[in-house]
Amino acid sequence: MNINTTKVISLLFFIFSAFYLYTAYQIQVFAFDENAPFNARTFPIYLGYAGLFFSGLKLILPDPNTIKVQHKTLEYKKTVILIVIAIIYGATILKVGYFLTTSLFLFSSYYFLGERRWVLMFLLSFPFVAAFMYLLHGVLDIYLRDPFLQSIGVMG
Amino acid sequence: MIEGILIGLTTALTLQNILMVMLGCFFGTIIGMLPGLGPMTAIALMIPITYGFDPATGLILMAGVYYGAVFGGSTSSILLNAPGVPGTVATSFDGYPMAQQGKAGKALAIAAWSSFAGGTLSAIYLLFMAPSLSKVSLSFRSPDYFALMILGLTAIAAFSSKGQFLKAMMMVVLGLMLASVGQDSLSDITRFTFNNMNLTDGISFVLVVMATFAMSEALTIILKRNDPTSAAKQVSLTELGSIKINKEERTKMYKTIPRSSVIGFLIGVLPGAGATIASFLAYGMERNIVNDEEKEKFGKGSVNGLSAPETANNAACSGSFVPMLTLGIPGSGTTAVMLGALLGFGVQPGPRLYMTNPEIFWSIIMSMYIGMVILLILNLPLIPYIARILAVPKNYLIPLILFFSITGIYVMSFNNFDIYLMIGIAIVATFMRLYDFPMPPLILAFVLGGLMEENLRRSLLLSNGSWEFLWDRTLTACILLTTILIVVWHIYKTMFKKSNA
Repeated sequence: MNINTTKVISLLFFIFSAFYLYTAYQIQVFAFDENAPFNARTFPIYLGYAGLFFSGLKLILPDPNTIKVQHKTLEYKKTVILIVIAIIYGATILKVGYFLTTSLFLFSSYYFLGERRWVLMFLLSFPFVAAFMYLLHGVLDIYLRDPFLQSIGVMG
Repeated sequence: MIEGILIGLTTALTLQNILMVMLGCFFGTIIGMLPGLGPMTAIALMIPITYGFDPATGLILMAGVYYGAVFGGSTSSILLNAPGVPGTVATSFDGYPMAQQGKAGKALAIAAWSSFAGGTLSAIYLLFMAPSLSKVSLSFRSPDYFALMILGLTAIAAFSSKGQFLKAMMMVVLGLMLASVGQDSLSDITRFTFNNMNLTDGISFVLVVMATFAMSEALTIILKRNDPTSAAKQVSLTELGSIKINKEERTKMYKTIPRSSVIGFLIGVLPGAGATIASFLAYGMERNIVNDEEKEKFGKGSVNGLSAPETANNAACSGSFVPMLTLGIPGSGTTAVMLGALLGFGVQPGPRLYMTNPEIFWSIIMSMYIGMVILLILNLPLIPYIARILAVPKNYLIPLILFFSITGIYVMSFNNFDIYLMIGIAIVATFMRLYDFPMPPLILAFVLGGLMEENLRRSLLLSNGSWEFLWDRTLTACILLTTILIVVWHIYKTMFKKSNA
């Protein structure tokens, strides 16, 4: 069976809007605000109904411009790897620090995208991040917490 | 007025102030180019430095940073399809496709000239129209603002190509939903946070724009790497092309620039509207004005499509100074930061600013002309060097885009939750882009969400819960009528074309 993915996305959006609307009705407002013409839940409720309306229309109306994506030609593997690297980066940045995690993030990203020019890979990760970090931390005075550099005495 | 102009020129043309405009423009361009760091960040960083100067010099420096950052934002929109500020999102619609066609130099030159012309023309409008425009701006009430925002959002949905209106409207709703996350502005009641403290302050604009543009663009490029029909083709240095604008292109710009500068300036004057709505409206207006042949080029590298938003966003920058200087009400987030700085100098903006500090008012206006000239002199010769960023191979460019996006978010909050949230939104955005769900309506809705709720709240409270406010005032009714006409016209045109086909 050939399923129109746009319709599937519209159905998901319809379900999401229904959930949003349900959550909007659950927003706790102050007792004196309960019957006010406008309170914290009014706008989200309208949005929930708008979401149901537009996604519902998309679901029931014919789709003249069906989009067909050639999944076989898409590079899912590298995309997923890069997303995983970004998640690992997010998980380690606070514990390890900006310099080492960002440099390793860049270096590994270059590697998994197929780059093998090691010197260039190194230059565009460790020294590049050091220079950028100097710009942020040293010139623009944006504090970057870095336990790794602190442990080796580079940062105060 | 002549006396004021002379006072302004005397102040703005001192060596120190010319130097400040130059530094501001240069620094702003560099910061604005980095995805995630927009004019607001750049100006905020400048505030501590400006306290060492007199108020006029400090404001001249910040104004230079503002223009520079807006232009820098256009550069990253054109070269990387990664708008750092919402005002340059519309620039990427035609700027990026033009760069993909090997005309990156030309796209940057068109953007530079349009910015220059838009900024200069709007500075002239500002000079002559500031007093009366402030009165027009004062006459706008909450229902008018609410209606104007509905118009802006409907217009952007209608701009989407054939068959995408409903998809665009879904993205508008999604953007408004994302904007509703966090504390309610009036009651401080938390909404849709699911007891997560990280969501209490809502989702940052930079996070959403980085996720839906820069990061999802990078992911789409990798995803479509082997797709021969890939639309995510990356520009390369060999396809840079000339920065010369030919006669035909100049003719198109001559027509586009005046009308876009007017719309940009007028929208910029309205408090809260600013460069974003101005650029989208100018883009939409231009698309509706041009002939069918030119219309087909929109979204594929149209000269008019690039020139219109670029002119309008710079014109809106000048326009946004009107309410700030004459009423003390900022016209945009950036001028709000500048207003804070002005108060820090002990200067109270408002109608009396003309009398109490004429040198500040007039020197800012005069420095706008100087700033525009410097920006052009600075940016046109630098275009080939700026465009060198295209030489970076995909294997390096993609991780670097991800790096700038993630760093942009990280330095704002120092919180890894925002990184996870950005990755999540980027994955959803990448998937939706594959199926032609447009992202710009989502961004505009996200930016306008808070303001829209605020104005709806005021309107409903003032009308005691009745929706009559929508047609009580002629201005509100006219704006809403325009919105309805756009929708009806759009549906009619789609149906008419379909029946013809």
